[in-house]
Amino acid sequence: MSFHTLTVAGLADGLASGQFTSRELTQYFLDRIAQHDPALNSYITVTAEQALDAADAADQRRAAGEAGALTGVPMAHKDIFCTQGVRTTCGSKMLGNFVAPYSATVVRQLAEAGVVMLGKTNMDEFAMGSSNETSYFGPVKNPWGVDAGLVPGGSSGGSVAAVAGGLAPFATGTDTGGSIRQPAALTNLTGLKPTYGRCSRYGMIAFASSLDQAGPITRTAEDAAIVLQAMAGFDPADSTSVNVSVPDYRAGLDAPLAGRKLGLPKEFLAEGLDDGARAALESALDVYRQQGAEIVEVSLPNMHLSVPTYYVVAPAEASSNLARYDGVRYGHRAEGVESLESLYKRSRGEGFGREVQRRIMVGTYVLSAGYYDAYYLKAQQVRQLIADDFARAFEEVDAIIGPTTQGPAFALGEKTDDPVAMYLNDIYTIAANLAGLPALSMPAGLVDGKPVGVQLIGKAFDETGILSLAHQFQSLTDHHVARPEGF
Amino acid sequence: MSLSKDQLRTVAHLARLELDEADVELYSGNLNDILSMVDQLNQADTTDVAPMAHPLDMVQRLRRDFVTETDQRELFQANAPATERGLYRVPRVIE
Repeated sequence: MSFHTLTVAGLADGLASGQFTSRELTQYFLDRIAQHDPALNSYITVTAEQALDAADAADQRRAAGEAGALTGVPMAHKDIFCTQGVRTTCGSKMLGNFVAPYSATVVRQLAEAGVVMLGKTNMDEFAMGSSNETSYFGPVKNPWGVDAGLVPGGSSGGSVAAVAGGLAPFATGTDTGGSIRQPAALTNLTGLKPTYGRCSRYGMIAFASSLDQAGPITRTAEDAAIVLQAMAGFDPADSTSVNVSVPDYRAGLDAPLAGRKLGLPKEFLAEGLDDGARAALESALDVYRQQGAEIVEVSLPNMHLSVPTYYVVAPAEASSNLARYDGVRYGHRAEGVESLESLYKRSRGEGFGREVQRRIMVGTYVLSAGYYDAYYLKAQQVRQLIADDFARAFEEVDAIIGPTTQGPAFALGEKTDDPVAMYLNDIYTIAANLAGLPALSMPAGLVDGKPVGVQLIGKAFDETGILSLAHQFQSLTDHHVARPEGF
Repeated sequence: MSLSKDQLRTVAHLARLELDEADVELYSGNLNDILSMVDQLNQADTTDVAPMAHPLDMVQRLRRDFVTETDQRELFQANAPATERGLYRVPRVIE
């Protein structure tokens, strides 16, 4: 049986009805990893033995009548989530030998729901990148273009390559400026960034704390609803976790489309959008119109400032967060140093890659005396303007629709020499992080055989609204069913 | 605003990063590109706009001062590059 073509919902049903066991599923996916991952490099660590033990335990729990929603379903965690007793690298040489002493809340919650972890997925170093090329563990190939050397997007590049390539039924990701949605778009998957505060950040290695959010990477919106159900919730261990009750996401998927208002920001259609991506968006708009939804033009006048705002705020927070890597308590330590200061400097000089060092220095600069007001304070003010733009738009509409990226996946090496060109990859996704709003990307078609996505942005804590829009789009179209050749 | 190589060396020192001299050239070019992109922020009129530090309008939660963490020194120090008698070893600081 081709288990890798089934959805999470399909696997959960098959396990529940006894068509197959978790042991069979887990072995099947481990075999696929062994067969295909040498070409993709989507995993940093495969935890085969632990996975098979967990699968047996899941099968026993099911036999004892104690199964939960995801009992026995295999999956993969982005290597940014601490997993107790398992190496957690964050894609960096700095944490190359770090064995997490505890598990992230999201990891614990998914384990309690019954998942079987197959391993930890590759990612841009400290989640800083849009192509997975900054990983210390090497780039990841996009299953949609292994021979062409297409990037999977980033920073959750390993997670999307694993799911798109059928090496995991679903995976976790994190999204600071688009790191779930952009790679999901480039690999024909559904990727959801929940509202800031919806999923706990405890045990999720920090990049930019006011922007980071964990979310599911799945094939369908229904699967995203199932996985989010297990990930979401209040966590006293995260001081920015929000104590808002978690609705039944799956129950809300069929809310009628008729009468719903979708805002199309005119700024999203400005120059830079690839013709194919534009056509995919237009055809999605037609599907919604046919179902009785209304498409209204809205304006987010400060949208064009979201990339510059982000590249002040995110590096500033990163430079503070990454100050903890000092070569003393854990992480890489330089050999043969004579003084404490040189221990810090050399450990950090050797342990961090170029993109991480660049962002630490940008952050240090914008926070330094004499530049703080001109850069950091200014960016925080513009961040408020961007959030206000959304608040105004949401007075008129239920959700916002637009492209996820300017076009399909590009080739490895194409943008590595030009950081600013790389940053512009996230031009449509960053604003939702700045405002803290939930947003997802869903498959919207192929352009020259390469996937593109459509993005839906919702009101705060209205994950149900955007998931239902995506779910019904997927029940009317078959873009999300398309699979890369050879996988 | 443009960043000289000397300024870049100062920033690297503040960030406690040891750079190869060859990288100083590369990074000062990169940072100047990034900062000139960031200069677009000056297009926005932010008179009387309150800076937004965070997406949520919330105050710091308080909790009762109970002991919730147990001593896990050995577990945590298992990740340390060098320890001695339960302490972290670093190069001599005081001569």
